[in-house]
Amino acid sequence: MEAPAVEGAEAAPQAPSLKMRASGVSVWYGAKKAVDNVSIDITTENVTAFIGPSGCGKSTFLRALNRMNDTIPSARTEGLIELEGEDIYGSAMDVVQLRARVGMVFQKPNPFPKSIFENVAYGPRIHGLAKDKTELEEMVERSLKRAGLWDEVKDRLTESGTALSGGQQQRLCIARAIAVDPEVILMDEPASALDPIATARIEELIHDLRGRYAIVIVTHNMQQAARVSQRTAFFHLGELIEYGETSQIFTNPRVPRTKDYITGRYG
Amino acid sequence: MATTSGHTVKAFDEDLDGLRALISQMGGLAENAIRESMRCLKQRDCEGARKVVEEDARLDALETEAERKVVQLIALRAPMADDLREAVAALKIAGVVERIGDYAKNIAKRVQVMEDASDIEPIALLPEMARVAAEMVHNALNAFVERDPAKAKRVCERDTVVDDFYNSIFRALLTFMMENPQRITQSAHLLFIAKNLERIGDHATNIAEMVWFASTGERLAERPRGHNPADPA
Repeated sequence: MEAPAVEGAEAAPQAPSLKMRASGVSVWYGAKKAVDNVSIDITTENVTAFIGPSGCGKSTFLRALNRMNDTIPSARTEGLIELEGEDIYGSAMDVVQLRARVGMVFQKPNPFPKSIFENVAYGPRIHGLAKDKTELEEMVERSLKRAGLWDEVKDRLTESGTALSGGQQQRLCIARAIAVDPEVILMDEPASALDPIATARIEELIHDLRGRYAIVIVTHNMQQAARVSQRTAFFHLGELIEYGETSQIFTNPRVPRTKDYITGRYG
Repeated sequence: MATTSGHTVKAFDEDLDGLRALISQMGGLAENAIRESMRCLKQRDCEGARKVVEEDARLDALETEAERKVVQLIALRAPMADDLREAVAALKIAGVVERIGDYAKNIAKRVQVMEDASDIEPIALLPEMARVAAEMVHNALNAFVERDPAKAKRVCERDTVVDDFYNSIFRALLTFMMENPQRITQSAHLLFIAKNLERIGDHATNIAEMVWFASTGERLAERPRGHNPADPA
């Protein structure tokens, strides 16, 4: 099948450090095609936001980036997704390693029912990243600091992660994702269950983490996409309609369907 | 690029329509001020000129109202893409129309202090120049209300007509002043009136450029300017 031309796709300049590349990716749930022939480049320098109405395939596509769809029996993925040039669906790819390299943060904070320390230490421990207890403690502290949570929890690391507030839990989940030193962090509506202040802290955190990790965020909140990202991709009915610089997408979208969506004329 | 379907939130459309209507109303007042001030000049109607000056306060009030509406629209509706460009354009256009009103007011003020200048020959060109300038204002505002970039572009093209008028009036008045030094005061007033009309033409062009940007997202290319003997070097 011929790849449909995506207007504005060439407008997104090639950043020097291409981290992930999807080429002609389609995802099916049984007979239903949820993602249709999507090609996109993800870089470390830019936060990439996926926007689009419910059911447009943006979350499904996000989940294809670390093979999270493998857990759904009826899901089938076609096309090529590369992480640093390596086919993530190739037989040489260890999916556990992949998910350490491409971490994920979900809509609802989902800390383990364990202590704050254990939540963060869990990843480095199962991946054998720390050689001793001191190093593990350093990793936990560093991750919690990067997630902007350290000052709030440093005196109660033994308390349960689930006892934290929603916003703190979400930052704990981000610390947990960071702890295994990933290259890419996928965020699926990371702030949609949080109040405005907790949301602002997550957005500030995304801003701080930019450049260190390639960040991809799915959001229904267009203001949020506009605030946190440098590249925005608009999905509609499983297709990537337009991909470009965030400022261009929100001030002068090239494709009428993008414009109708972001100006609230959709449907 | 005009969108046919309205916003899912109807109140958003109503806000935008209300803003457009307000800008249109301002345009009507400014246009009327130009026409009235020129009528008063022709008929030496000082009372009418005084009314034009008074009426300008309404334009100022409407500008404030437009500013308030735009700020509210941005705060409450968070407009994007062409909606955002239109809101910003409306804000800028309101300011420009207010300036146009000031130029008309300035003409009306001169009418009140001027002695009879009906025998100064270049005065015959001023009404036609004013007609073209007012028409540009009218069409630029219509282009905004109709979101019609093609109409806006035609307004920009009209500006050379106003410039040409100004150049010939400038030359004619210079000659007249040299020949009649005792009439320099009236001639200078007429020269300022011509300059005001020329500035009105420029402002109408600015409005048209903003309309172009609001509806296309692109800047209209800088228009070529011929040599203008009345411009400072």
